[in-house]
Amino acid sequence: MGLFDRHAGLLEAYRDVRTTGYDPFQIRMERVLSPTKAIINGRETLLVGTNNYFGLTFDPSCMEAAIEAIRAEGTGTTGSRIANGSYSEHVALEKEIAEFYGKKHCMVFTTGYQANLGVIATLAGQGDFLLIDADSHASIYDACKMTQAEVVRFKHNDPTSLEARLRRLGDKPGNRVVVLEGIYSMLGDSAPLREFVDVCKKYGAYVLIDEAHSLGALGEHGRGLCEKAGVLDDCHFIVGTFSKTLGAIGGYCVSDDPDFDILRVTVRSYMFTASLPPSIVASVRQALRVVKARPELRTQLWDNVATLYDGLKAQGFTLGPEHGPVVGVHLPDRMTAIGFWRAMLDAGIYVNVAVPPATPNGVSLLRCSLCAVHTKEQLDHMVEVMTGIGRQFGVLPDKQLRAAGAR
Amino acid sequence: MRTAHQLTVENDGIADTLTLTRGISRAEVISEICAHLEPYQTGEKPITGETVIAKDLTIDSLAIMDMVMELEDRFDVSIPMSVIAEIHTVDQLADTIRDLRTQA
Ligand SMILES: Cc1ncc(COP(=O)(O)O)c(C=O)c1O
Repeated sequence: MGLFDRHAGLLEAYRDVRTTGYDPFQIRMERVLSPTKAIINGRETLLVGTNNYFGLTFDPSCMEAAIEAIRAEGTGTTGSRIANGSYSEHVALEKEIAEFYGKKHCMVFTTGYQANLGVIATLAGQGDFLLIDADSHASIYDACKMTQAEVVRFKHNDPTSLEARLRRLGDKPGNRVVVLEGIYSMLGDSAPLREFVDVCKKYGAYVLIDEAHSLGALGEHGRGLCEKAGVLDDCHFIVGTFSKTLGAIGGYCVSDDPDFDILRVTVRSYMFTASLPPSIVASVRQALRVVKARPELRTQLWDNVATLYDGLKAQGFTLGPEHGPVVGVHLPDRMTAIGFWRAMLDAGIYVNVAVPPATPNGVSLLRCSLCAVHTKEQLDHMVEVMTGIGRQFGVLPDKQLRAAGAR
Repeated sequence: MRTAHQLTVENDGIADTLTLTRGISRAEVISEICAHLEPYQTGEKPITGETVIAKDLTIDSLAIMDMVMELEDRFDVSIPMSVIAEIHTVDQLADTIRDLRTQA
């Protein structure tokens, strides 16, 4: 058997995708102009698929902070914190994130992926039980491959399904660790966190929540779903990323557990990879200040969510179950999704296309993510463009038919 | 909440009937599994105990895990992901479910 033979099915699917002309997994941004604009295929394109929720990638204060840090401390740390030591900025950033959540401890990682991978695989060890939502992010699934704990999936966003699985464990010894996400990255739906927390309390389970897509977006201070649901104190571990709302790269985990720092010498994805460079740490610290100082960005983001979600819904598109900074548009199959995606790109709008096996329940999606600095005009235009393509692809009923049906 | 099996230990008088509710025939488990797998059947070949789930059918690994979740709730057992990874045939899945039920 050849090395790549086991990927035969995937290769074939990928070949199909490429017959459409563009390869959605190798898009080249020839030049990025702003949080919402880039040159793709030689034309100025509206970006609605970059998780840049607050548009902070071009925030002048964040950019200046990063430039200053490079001048002061150089371009990189060239090693991990346990080998090369922590810069005082790493420590300062950890303190600021801990304070942001009102938690005692924080550990910063080089990516959010590594934070989930290392923390989850380490927290639940031999003899423990790890219970994960069926629609969990790849980083959570990969942690499940590394852990020595017994892993069980429960139905997406279904506290009753979790409860059944905790109940079945009966009085078996071992810790129970439940992993949830604030906002799910494909359809933009939120976990019923309060109900989940009640179940976890009843069975003495620890709660770890990944707020990757909800940092900044949810809660009075932008702390995420745990703040919005009023259960910050009941979430034992909160994981997040700097790569979305904060416009840079990196991950973190906060907790009140008194022994939390032992993770610094047990989590391999923290110990055996280089720490974040000074420029990133500086821009993230500044971005966190912006999130605190400018709550209007959150309001703008949700206004934009409403414009796109309600606009598409009114035209008859099938969307994710609720408003969210991610708006998932359901399409009937993979090839329609890819054709639709390409037609949008030709019309100057970039979104993500998500097809099985990367999606829950085998659905094919256009995944749109909104930015606080999109304008209403841009989004109205996008709804118009998508409606036109939707009719052309037969995803939406024809205009005449619609009119006839309405009579 | 207690499981029926735990109750058999504590309530001698009704032990027999309750043990029966926990015990379930192999045929019943297999027929339930086959019902879930039917949509993924290819060609004329019927689904049997020897059917290799990931190979003989058009079901992908994620859909297998989702089916397992349904079966877990139907039979009130939890099958750890590492155990699912070791299961290849319909028979093996059925036996795993029955074993877990008697252990519970
Ligand atoms: C839910 C979720 N968790 C974690 C991550 C990983 O974040 P990062 O980009 O920092 O590795 C992502 C982003 O892809 C995500 O969507």
